[in-house]
Amino acid sequence: MQRRQFLQTSALATALLGGMPLSATAKSAKGKVVVIGGGYGGATAAKYLRMLSGNQLDVTLVEPNSTFVSCPMSNLVVGGIRKINEISTPYTGLTRNHGVKMVKDYVTAIDVEKRTVKLKNGKTLPYDKLVLSPGIDLQLDKIEGLAAANASGQILQAWKAGPETVGLRKQLEAMPDGGTYILNVPLAPYRCPPGPYERASMVANYFKQYKPKSKVLLLDANADVTSKGKLFKGVWESEYKGILEYRPNMKVTGVDGATKTVRFEFEEPIKGDVLNILPDQRAGKLAVDSGIANLNNRWAEVNYMTFESTVAPNVHVIGDSVQGAPLMPKSGHMANSQAKVVAAAIVAQMSGWEPNATPLTNNTCYSYVTTSNVIHVASVHVYNAEKKTFLTVEGSGGVSAAPNELEGTYAWNWAQNIWADTLV
Amino acid sequence: MTDLKQGAARLLTSMALAGSSLLLGTGAIASELTPEKKLQAASLAATCANCHGTNGQGVEGSAVTGLANLSVEYIKTNMIWFKTGQRPATVMHQLAKGYTDEQIDIIANYLGKKD
Repeated sequence: MQRRQFLQTSALATALLGGMPLSATAKSAKGKVVVIGGGYGGATAAKYLRMLSGNQLDVTLVEPNSTFVSCPMSNLVVGGIRKINEISTPYTGLTRNHGVKMVKDYVTAIDVEKRTVKLKNGKTLPYDKLVLSPGIDLQLDKIEGLAAANASGQILQAWKAGPETVGLRKQLEAMPDGGTYILNVPLAPYRCPPGPYERASMVANYFKQYKPKSKVLLLDANADVTSKGKLFKGVWESEYKGILEYRPNMKVTGVDGATKTVRFEFEEPIKGDVLNILPDQRAGKLAVDSGIANLNNRWAEVNYMTFESTVAPNVHVIGDSVQGAPLMPKSGHMANSQAKVVAAAIVAQMSGWEPNATPLTNNTCYSYVTTSNVIHVASVHVYNAEKKTFLTVEGSGGVSAAPNELEGTYAWNWAQNIWADTLV
Repeated sequence: MTDLKQGAARLLTSMALAGSSLLLGTGAIASELTPEKKLQAASLAATCANCHGTNGQGVEGSAVTGLANLSVEYIKTNMIWFKTGQRPATVMHQLAKGYTDEQIDIIANYLGKKD
């Protein structure tokens, strides 16, 4: 990690000396921007607001953690292929390389009229523009018994990478051979569409090598695999037959942490040994509490050209909290891509220019299916002024032809580059 | 691929390249753009950075190509080849089809080496 940062810093210094177009542009942009949440969306927005304004905008990032832990690649930690430190990056690069002011705290309230945010420590921060990237809220109360089972540590989600990722790995290591790991998929939309299918594959990969009598039971509330379906099912057939069992149309309604039992809407209860139960999800709590998650109290509606909230002027919402445009996934890559659209729009607006009328985003999502083989899904999305939303470009995008090792190499290198692009 | 198809693909590519060269001829390099246009070019080029690194500078030793070390012409030619299928790829043939030739021209001029 230190070596990588050193190299990054040297690359940056070289670029500065070499006169590369590092800080692009708008020396005329003036004002204060507060960014809430240091995930793929918020951290990227903070960095690019500084870069695209030629370091003119005053940018503060409010984030309670001191280290970024990546959700993409966290299934490799669950599967035992990587360690948590390999998917973690400190926030220090944002301040050192870009002059982003870090505030290690939570925002408890937004005052849209006064343009201030209130911190948990009691202080308030004023803003001209606010970027809200609060991720997701796991609705534990939607599944009976889940909140208590999570609090006691009996049933984890590990759907926000960090301590629970390590905790779930420990549960799998402690499970005797012959046990059953139960993972469910909530009804779409949820964070990272292929994520549960990748996780099931990674755990099956671990069982196949180290606990061959054990089983993965993957229970999907959806009618079919929601992403890369043919590719995942092909791998389960060729690599994990007898280990991984997939059952669609099964909606989890309750759990018992002590007896490790899962209950369903229609089917008989099932007992397992390690339970990994994912509830329905909605926009991050702050977006819900502030009314900015205005669609069914669940997702935030935005004007897609600038990602400005339809109910809170000067508040731009990005990442998983946003009501997705058609075929726009809730992914880290997409949050990074949206953040750049918002950064450019804010820099333009604060320079007195019109924002770009046809912003573009893209998504590339890699899933590991064995230790070395990977599959991807990719898409390109352009803003359509007539339909007022992002649409995928006709003929673009697609999935891997088959699982392959070359993309295994690319996937890990994608991670290194997007972490640097987001945080260094 | 049959000879006929290959020939057609080459013809298409050369036509597309000729179109791009015309664009380049009338276009302007990044340093000559107005600040407003430069901001748009920077944000369009930033859509490459997720995989290829900020400003095309990938992490040292990355298997994903760092675009800042490539010439403007190389980036344009290869993006067109990805679009037409002339150059095979794992993912770039799918992503390149999402960009117009004009957008490719803007990105190549923003990220690529000028000499």
